Amino acid sequence: MSNKKERILIVDDEKIVRESLFHWFEEEGFYVDTAEDAEIALRKFDKGKYDLLLVDMKMPGMSGLELLTKIKEIDKDTIVILITAFASVPSAIKALKDGAYDYVTKPVDPDELEHLVKKALEQKSLKVENEQLKGNLEEIIKPDNLIGESPQMKKIYELINTVATTDTTVMLRGESGTGKELVAKAIHINSKRKYFPIIPVNCGALAESILESELFGHEKGAFTGAQFRRKGKFEMADGGTIFLDEIGSITQKMQVELLRVIESKQFSRVGGNEVIRSDFRVIIATNEPLEDLVKQGKFREDLYYRLNVFTIIIPPLRERTGDIPVLAFYFLNKFATSMNKQIKGISEEAMDFLYKYDWPGNVRELENAIERAVVVGKGDKILVDDLPFHVSSSPSANGDGDKSMSSIEKKHISRVLNENNWNISKSAVELEIDRVTLYNKISKYGLRNPYK
Amino acid sequence: MTDIFLAPVKFSNSSFLKRILVELNRKFRSSLNVLNLEYDIEKTFSKERGQYFSTQIIADTSQLTGDAAGKVLLITEADLYVPVLTFVFGEAQLNGKHSIVSVCRLHEEFYSGISDDELLFKRTIKEVLHELGHNFGLLHCIDWDCVMHSSQGIEEVDIKGEFYCRNCASHIEALK
Repeated sequence: MSNKKERILIVDDEKIVRESLFHWFEEEGFYVDTAEDAEIALRKFDKGKYDLLLVDMKMPGMSGLELLTKIKEIDKDTIVILITAFASVPSAIKALKDGAYDYVTKPVDPDELEHLVKKALEQKSLKVENEQLKGNLEEIIKPDNLIGESPQMKKIYELINTVATTDTTVMLRGESGTGKELVAKAIHINSKRKYFPIIPVNCGALAESILESELFGHEKGAFTGAQFRRKGKFEMADGGTIFLDEIGSITQKMQVELLRVIESKQFSRVGGNEVIRSDFRVIIATNEPLEDLVKQGKFREDLYYRLNVFTIIIPPLRERTGDIPVLAFYFLNKFATSMNKQIKGISEEAMDFLYKYDWPGNVRELENAIERAVVVGKGDKILVDDLPFHVSSSPSANGDGDKSMSSIEKKHISRVLNENNWNISKSAVELEIDRVTLYNKISKYGLRNPYK
Repeated sequence: MTDIFLAPVKFSNSSFLKRILVELNRKFRSSLNVLNLEYDIEKTFSKERGQYFSTQIIADTSQLTGDAAGKVLLITEADLYVPVLTFVFGEAQLNGKHSIVSVCRLHEEFYSGISDDELLFKRTIKEVLHELGHNFGLLHCIDWDCVMHSSQGIEEVDIKGEFYCRNCASHIEALK
């Protein structure tokens, strides 16, 4: 829930405008007050200071510009944004010279107004907050599902703590399903950028054809059907963080574009000439060693050095088995609640299985396994039979004790598939078998795609 | 348990309305009903703007829903505005009974030219839960994964979550 309580005063002679803005800001969680003219506004300001004033430029009696001057004489730190019914350049320039933070024209785009007010208030409060954030945080705030108290995860929390309050670019490395996006989110919500969004971009899923519009946005009428303007990912991340996942999969063309935008922090929307500036922090994630891609000439060296500043390596689940019970119970509770089922526990045998299983798909695979178990479970506890892989790959049949060729082959294929996010073509190339053979082996060993 | 009434106004897609009811029932676990109002929305139309004044719609329809004990959510295809803003996706009485959601600017084809019914549905559910949240007294939430995060543009509707965060959910549960 909102924890804002900044004070806003709306000064406008039109009742309907005052009421609209009052409700709009009230929903944002601000303390909101209104005044129908400048005299009343000054009297209210005398009684209690406000962080921000939204002032109509043209009012009967004292004008908005005169009120601005008087407010600035009383308290130069108060933010004043002027509202005008028509864009008047000379009066706007005068307003800015006299200390207005900015001005908007009626009717104002809600997104523009929200961004303007947020930025103005952030700048003010960050002066204080930056002082507080200079040192490390005592304890980081974790997203609900970033779970684990193993020594490996405690190390991750320490690294998040170290880097969160800076603007440093962070590279997250780890196998698929280890929770790279959660770590990115943890960095973001512990930074001074927390009131602005973290925008995830799955680079692997972006088709080259829609790339530009997706990343940079487009203007109204930029192409057939574009009736409204749309912001791109970089613009949406203004004030916040952009999280570029699967960075290793981007094309050379996109690498050039990314380098340019990351360095200049400016771009134009498709179909527009206006230069958009965006202040974002960059967090990237990869499950491929980028150094190898650089050596192979598939990844630009300059981009690699631009991105490789502070690295956090997230351990696979099999290296932090101590976290399995707490994760399993977290997911159990989550799914049992959402499905309205009365499953409250995990049988000893099932838990033993969860401990011994190799988890090639990591936490995501565990989450899927528990979800499936909650769907099929009938009693008040999850049983081994409820888990999705008990027949195909139970630890007793597939553990270290089983040294048969077929067991080793099955494990090897499973690992390669998971390393390639179950991309059959890529896995087949690595295994040096054709795709049909791979499908046959998947079927023979009863392997399941944890991402489906 | 608070009843929720879904009132279509200038909204003709009955199968879409049915889907919303089913999904709301799943997510909100309240008694859900459709309320048919005899209301002429055209009187709130601004020729100058080509849009409908949402505050006026809420004020007018409030006079017609005396029998409905619970929350009344109006759903419409009309493009909505309040005088100072270029448009609104919806409006709600904070801690009150009435709210309105417009699906007009939730259609993907207006942004990319490509129609996407699933995305429209997802966006609508988010906005419906959001406005109902205001009716239950919730303010905008700072958690981007929470459906109560403010969304003043379609991009923000898309990136915010489709559930209430733990804090917002417990607030609603306590009031339901």
